[in-house]
Amino acid sequence: MCRVVDLQQAVLAGNDLRAQQLRADLAGRGTTVVNLLSSPGSGKTALLEQELALARARGTRIAALTADLATENDATRLARSGAPVKQVLTDGLCHLEAGMLARHLDGWLPDATELLFVENVGNLVCPASYDLGETLRVVLASVTEGEDKPLKYPTAFGLANLVVVTKMDLAGPAAFDEAAFRSHVAQVNPGVEVLLTSVRGGLGAGELLARATAAAAGGPVHTPVMSRNGAAQGHLHGHGHVHHHDQDHPYGHGAHLDGCDGADHPHGHEQPAADRLAAVTGES
Amino acid sequence: MHELSIAMAVIGQVEDAARAAGATAVHTVHLQVGELAGVVPDALEFGFGLACAGTVLEGARLVIETVPGRAGCRPCADEWAVGMPPDLCCPVCGTAADELLSGRELQITGVRFADGTAGGPVLEPTGGER
Repeated sequence: MCRVVDLQQAVLAGNDLRAQQLRADLAGRGTTVVNLLSSPGSGKTALLEQELALARARGTRIAALTADLATENDATRLARSGAPVKQVLTDGLCHLEAGMLARHLDGWLPDATELLFVENVGNLVCPASYDLGETLRVVLASVTEGEDKPLKYPTAFGLANLVVVTKMDLAGPAAFDEAAFRSHVAQVNPGVEVLLTSVRGGLGAGELLARATAAAAGGPVHTPVMSRNGAAQGHLHGHGHVHHHDQDHPYGHGAHLDGCDGADHPHGHEQPAADRLAAVTGES
Repeated sequence: MHELSIAMAVIGQVEDAARAAGATAVHTVHLQVGELAGVVPDALEFGFGLACAGTVLEGARLVIETVPGRAGCRPCADEWAVGMPPDLCCPVCGTAADELLSGRELQITGVRFADGTAGGPVLEPTGGER
């Protein structure tokens, strides 16, 4: 005979539980985690190098853990900032899990670290499913990757608390259509802030650090629609956070509160990005 | 390809359930996968077949039910299929959805244990719901 068991279990419940524990443990130590996701070659490391150096200059106690399939190249680059850096080699695994992160932090993460940046494996598919106990999940895309990246990887972009565009100095040669990109982000994650950066051009330097610092100070963090789950959902990202819908737009200026038109230009950047970049690079 | 990790998580949970139930073999595992869960059902089936070897689930069938994404807008009392790629803005008022009602499921919904006797009655995992 056969027996049937009504087993209602979220497959990733184990990871979610460890992520919750890690979030609580780190909160107890005063540490806030920022999880950086992007394709390989999007510029995570270059941006992080810059933000780590700025944080060190400002006296923020910051650390970084970077995950790759192989090589310690990224850790070597990041360590130049003087911040504590750890390289995790995943040996082919395409993502980090909360338990893995917890094991790597154990005995390494310096006491009184305020911000821990986790540079996930370069991959926009698998890491999206794993909560690492972060307070801020940041998804990056470079201007050369195409404006439809958010539509091709809706789970990654849909669960981001912040979207960062990198390599804006290449926006012209790549014919990057900023409006189209914003509109695609808005379709899968209405209301999320899109931050424009160029490490070479100096655009947006310190902005990621500022968002991380604000989140660490308990400031409001955007809650993606995809995280506002119905009761039936098995796997939720970001439990344990304080998420209120009225706090969804920490940086918005009220003009496009729903964010569905993709035209949200927070922080009063009224200049077109290309002009702003020209201004900082001295080009015309 | 994190589907192998997902398959191993499924297997681990079913092994625990089998142990608790004193079952020695698993006939079928029912799984709900939302279309926004970021998991490819074919890859999951492939990973499941590989990872079941040598466990109490060896030879078990994986039945995947795909759950479409649906979102809701409270002010409009509207609910819609978000499609793929998803559109999470209300088609009526054009503002952001209040919540995703379904589509991110990654959930074991039922397990059928085989207790050594072939040809047992075929039962659905959860009585009333379907």
